[in-house]
Amino acid sequence: MANLKELRNRIASVSSTMQITSAMKMVSAAKLKKAQDAVTQMRPYAVKLNAVLSNVSATLDASENPFAVERTVRRVLVLPVSSNRGLCGAFNTNVYKATRALIASYEAQGAQAEVWGVGKKASEPFRKLDLVTSDFNATMGAVSFAGAKEIGQKVMEAFTSGQVDAVYVVYNRFKNAAVQEVMAEQVLPIAAPAAEGPAAQSDYLYSPSKEEILLDLIPTTIKIQVFKALLDSVASEHGARMTAMHKATDNANSMRSELRLQYNKARQAAITNEILEIVAGAEALSG
Amino acid sequence: MHPMQLEVLTPEKKLFSGEAKAVQFPGTDGLFQILNGHAPLIATLRAGDIRVETAQGATESIAINGGVVEVSNNVLSVLAQ
Repeated sequence: MANLKELRNRIASVSSTMQITSAMKMVSAAKLKKAQDAVTQMRPYAVKLNAVLSNVSATLDASENPFAVERTVRRVLVLPVSSNRGLCGAFNTNVYKATRALIASYEAQGAQAEVWGVGKKASEPFRKLDLVTSDFNATMGAVSFAGAKEIGQKVMEAFTSGQVDAVYVVYNRFKNAAVQEVMAEQVLPIAAPAAEGPAAQSDYLYSPSKEEILLDLIPTTIKIQVFKALLDSVASEHGARMTAMHKATDNANSMRSELRLQYNKARQAAITNEILEIVAGAEALSG
Repeated sequence: MHPMQLEVLTPEKKLFSGEAKAVQFPGTDGLFQILNGHAPLIATLRAGDIRVETAQGATESIAINGGVVEVSNNVLSVLAQ
């Protein structure tokens, strides 16, 4: 039978772990709400931007667009978006695995890979492989459009200067608090906007020309794409952490009740033993 | 005719939403003003102030850092940065 003091200590330690995990769960739930609001805030902007973009590009030939040039891929740039902190289940591991698979598929074609970490957790293993050439871990501390803009700009520079021939962002897409879906999205070269039906409204006035508007809009869409990935990732992170901490709290709870049961059994056995000794002692005296 | 609707959006929040009598934009090619019932238009904007004359006659100024404006069906949507 385990000794009483040992059991008491274990119960105390499980209880305090449980307090921490349940507090973390609550913090994540609150942060998740905020992150979800940010995603909702961004949506009308993205929808409108796409509408304007498809309007402008509907009648244009996209071949002159410097962001749509398809080159043979000799160097691919991957941006794994993860978190700076752990304790969120398989959240970061999933991003790492997807990034790894993407890189492997390009390496099989003889291309070289380069990683720009956005968030420590998924990019750290690539640092050991010497693939990380730049990082934006601080951006994940407080996601803002300014941060996304900076990443977008650097990515575009790298692409237009010919340093890399394709750019991907790997992130967890937020579905709901319990479900995240890992996505590997191509950022550059951009896919030509799908022609949605006939160009209905061609009576628009354009200032300056359509071509110039398009060149002004494309960088914005790239920044928005990056921003969306960051926001989705943050919402997913809090969702994942909330789920992970919920499970941890449940586990701690069942562990604690098991330990309590053991403790009570041990205590009862000790008392029974003491009574037996006393009775035996009294009997010996009277006999 | 219904009064003109103006919406100024950034990726992070909505800066303005409401009716307007006249709106002046810092266009890439220079300042321009949009009045009620303007023809459909798409124009890029540079950094500057959007000056809104609201339905009540007050003037409001919204600072933007470039963007694009779309006018269609008397609705002005500004996608600012």
